[in-house]
Amino acid sequence: MTMMPRTITTDEPLLAVSGLTKRYGARIGCADVSFDLYPGEVLGIVGESGSGKSTLLSCLSGHLRPDFGRITYDARDVLAMGETERRRLGRTDWAYVHQNPRDGLRMGVSAGGNVGERLMAIGARHYGDIRDKAADWLGRVEIAADRIDDRPTAFSGGMQQRLQIARNLVTSPRLVFMDEPTGGLDVSVQARLLDLLRGLVRDLGLSVIIVTHDLAVVRLLAHRLMVMKGGRVVEQGLTDQVLDDPQHAYTQLLVSSVLQV
Amino acid sequence: MTDQAYNFAYLDEQTKRMIRRAILKGIAVPGYQVPFASREMPMPYGWGTGGVQVTSACLVPEDRLKVIDQGADDTTNAVSIRKFFQRTAGVAVTEATAEATVIQTRHRIPETPLHEGQILVYQVPIPEPLRFLEPRETETRKMHELEEYGLMHVKLYEDIARHGTIATSYAYPVKVEGRYVMDPSPIPKFDNPKLGQNPAIQLFGAGREQRIYALPPFTEVVSLDFDDHPFEPSKAPHDCDLCGARDSYLDEVITDDRGGRMFVCSDTDFCAGRQADGHRGRLSAVEAVQ
Repeated sequence: MTMMPRTITTDEPLLAVSGLTKRYGARIGCADVSFDLYPGEVLGIVGESGSGKSTLLSCLSGHLRPDFGRITYDARDVLAMGETERRRLGRTDWAYVHQNPRDGLRMGVSAGGNVGERLMAIGARHYGDIRDKAADWLGRVEIAADRIDDRPTAFSGGMQQRLQIARNLVTSPRLVFMDEPTGGLDVSVQARLLDLLRGLVRDLGLSVIIVTHDLAVVRLLAHRLMVMKGGRVVEQGLTDQVLDDPQHAYTQLLVSSVLQV
Repeated sequence: MTDQAYNFAYLDEQTKRMIRRAILKGIAVPGYQVPFASREMPMPYGWGTGGVQVTSACLVPEDRLKVIDQGADDTTNAVSIRKFFQRTAGVAVTEATAEATVIQTRHRIPETPLHEGQILVYQVPIPEPLRFLEPRETETRKMHELEEYGLMHVKLYEDIARHGTIATSYAYPVKVEGRYVMDPSPIPKFDNPKLGQNPAIQLFGAGREQRIYALPPFTEVVSLDFDDHPFEPSKAPHDCDLCGARDSYLDEVITDDRGGRMFVCSDTDFCAGRQADGHRGRLSAVEAVQ
């Protein structure tokens, strides 16, 4: 498969969010979140546990319905879309990488079948083509070609996560949601995965929203950063700017909490 | 309890009305699984409780009933269900496919082509074709609603990846009228081509799962496949050893412990009919001598 360079028009945001609010009864999940995401841009969302990062990501990706606010994707109102259209978007233009690969993979289906599922879901009906594409994508995420018929249960944690990424990117999505993609992996595997992700994001011109509590991950991947606390965005800006010169007290605490080896 | 305490065909009239409503809805939306309030029947789940309820709701006193199990009229399941309706409905019974007005079947479609006016009732263990791929019923219903059937092809993909061909040989998934993907019950895929454009009404009853679905006459039914791995109805590559039929579905029967075996038609009525017409197979002459 050859990658066509995407025509990136940076003057229109790919995803525009304004005033997004989700409440769980009296409690706030996330409140009044607004941002624009441009094509090819990687946005990091950091914050401690319970700060509303995952709620925000679920609202954005359509898994949860926000109480207030607007989400516009490619000039279309996401919240006004019918379920059919939203789910179609979810398996073509969008991708979602779960923290635990077991949530995002079919553990009873071979690696090739896992990668091919999205292709078959959008109508691919030629076995040879599907298999070639699956093999190609396994190669891109550094999984050996002879593992194509093995089930993910036979894979290590790092391989499972790479397989999940291949499965998500096979339909060439434009927007990828990632929820702690490196969580639960040891540091050397994390480093390789980040390297791989950085390459894919650059080569495919992906827009990514990445939720993590690991500042190193956003330092490497994200162009822009949003810091959340108590469901609200307390600071946002360019990643290096936020991490090197944090303005909000909580961001300062977060940055200074990182252990130096 | 005496026989007089039973209503005609065992079920009370209100229950039959409820089942008929489900059947009518199923016929109106071919391939759609209609939920119904399945009743306890005097037989265990898995023995055809769904089929029996559908048959019961369809029967009228003038009907002539045929019951087959894996194609045979004389196996336990077929004999007891036939007796059940003889006793509770007093309808005439037959083994001849062409003469029957209602045929209840487990896992086969008769070889003799069906004709208009006949009703074929299938016993269905698991009506949901997506069940083993997606265990959540809420999710599979959503997938049917939104026509998200990519997962069905993942199963076929896995078959080819593991076995080189589509190894699914029974309960082979079909698409009905370009809309619903349907489990044709565990009939061999050899029978799949008979599902489509069939002049008879085909009703599917799943008692434990409480679902009824249907194919009205002359419905378009397509077996799922890949462009480069097309659907192939398969059977054992033999002729029937009793009647010599080349194009009927065969059972393999082990005859001794030295590897001896014979292949016979699974449809006993079809095989007996051919033998009565003078057709002979590889082993018929030998048996006559013995």
